[in-house]
Amino acid sequence: MCGTCGCGNETNGPIITKPGEHVHSHSHDHDHHHGHGHSHEHHHHHHDIEHDDHAHHHHHHHKVLEVEQDILQHNNLLAARNRGYFEAKNIFCLNLVSSPGSGKTTILERTLTDLKDKIPFYVIEGDQQTMHDANRIDALHIPVVQINTGKGCHLESDMVYDAVKKLDVKDNSILMIENVGNLVCPSMFDLGESKRVVIISTTEGEDKPIKYPDMFHTADICIINKMDLLPYLKMDIEKLKNYALQVNPKLKFFEISATDGKGMEEWYNWLLSNI
Amino acid sequence: MQIKHDIYHTMLYRINLILNSEKSVRMHELSIALGIVKIAEAETAKANAKEVERIELEIGELAGVEIDSLDFVWDTAVKDSVLEKAEKHINIIKGIGKCIDCYTEFEMHYIYDTCPNCNSNLKSILKGKELRVKTLDVI
Repeated sequence: MCGTCGCGNETNGPIITKPGEHVHSHSHDHDHHHGHGHSHEHHHHHHDIEHDDHAHHHHHHHKVLEVEQDILQHNNLLAARNRGYFEAKNIFCLNLVSSPGSGKTTILERTLTDLKDKIPFYVIEGDQQTMHDANRIDALHIPVVQINTGKGCHLESDMVYDAVKKLDVKDNSILMIENVGNLVCPSMFDLGESKRVVIISTTEGEDKPIKYPDMFHTADICIINKMDLLPYLKMDIEKLKNYALQVNPKLKFFEISATDGKGMEEWYNWLLSNI
Repeated sequence: MQIKHDIYHTMLYRINLILNSEKSVRMHELSIALGIVKIAEAETAKANAKEVERIELEIGELAGVEIDSLDFVWDTAVKDSVLEKAEKHINIIKGIGKCIDCYTEFEMHYIYDTCPNCNSNLKSILKGKELRVKTLDVI
């Protein structure tokens, strides 16, 4: 079992690849604990000598360790390290999260196309499988690496840490991290981003923020995409916003259509004001 | 007749468990369980101990962890680790919020619960986000 990526076996860990590059196997050290071969089925713990003051009984000595450690501390530590690096280099880093199919990659493509002459962009793509998204970004001549998480359902800070090393990000730039399409798991894992952006599309139903509250609770920005489809849908945008604000009163909204470009200007202005 | 029905339902339940197992393994609870293993391995080594007999966890109601999913992935996650034979004990911490507008403290079951006094959405979460390894009984 891989402790870093949560994969089920050795061939399924995260793989970090640049477009056009050979696919390497794991890029992190695996900390497996295989083959201990425990055969102590009838191991006795000798509880009768537990309160013995004798110093030589340490093998069977029962001790209570007051650990008091946050389970996510490994992820949080590396996230803090990433964040420090981004701040020092004035890299504005966004973590884009949403369900699959909300239009994350299309929003990215449009944003990069329209703004790449104004500001340097870098992209980290996260998906369980394929280089498809990285290839779409690569076609725009934007530096990109793909993280394939295998069975992992979210990105973690150590994967971003490794991916950033591959990207060689320049100062005063914007780094977009497109997380694995999943509205549950990525919410718990800080990547070190400056802001978290949750994307919801008009086809998804207005009660999503309260169905998946953790994601909306941890986000700073909410992009409502596919606004061009609104005339064909029963979606009530005000209701959606109210649900989202109930979960997170600090959310800032952008209503856009990445296909016809409506509302993109406001989003661009916000992006540029942060760098 | 009733007995036949019960067997049928038990079978359906088992089949569902198997069908859902692939999906469940992809949940973030596996990462959580592996994080616990990592902490247990490190602390056990530090204490020069061999294995863990009992582990006590603190998980808040608002922490975003499904206890059922955690239980489900537990055996896979702890296999061949110091936690393999450990008895797992989970203290569930109830969610408590404090309204920013009227300072009422109230019990929270969901992150989107509003203040029962003034209906405000603005609150700080005082308790319920815990996700901690509290103690390890090692030998």
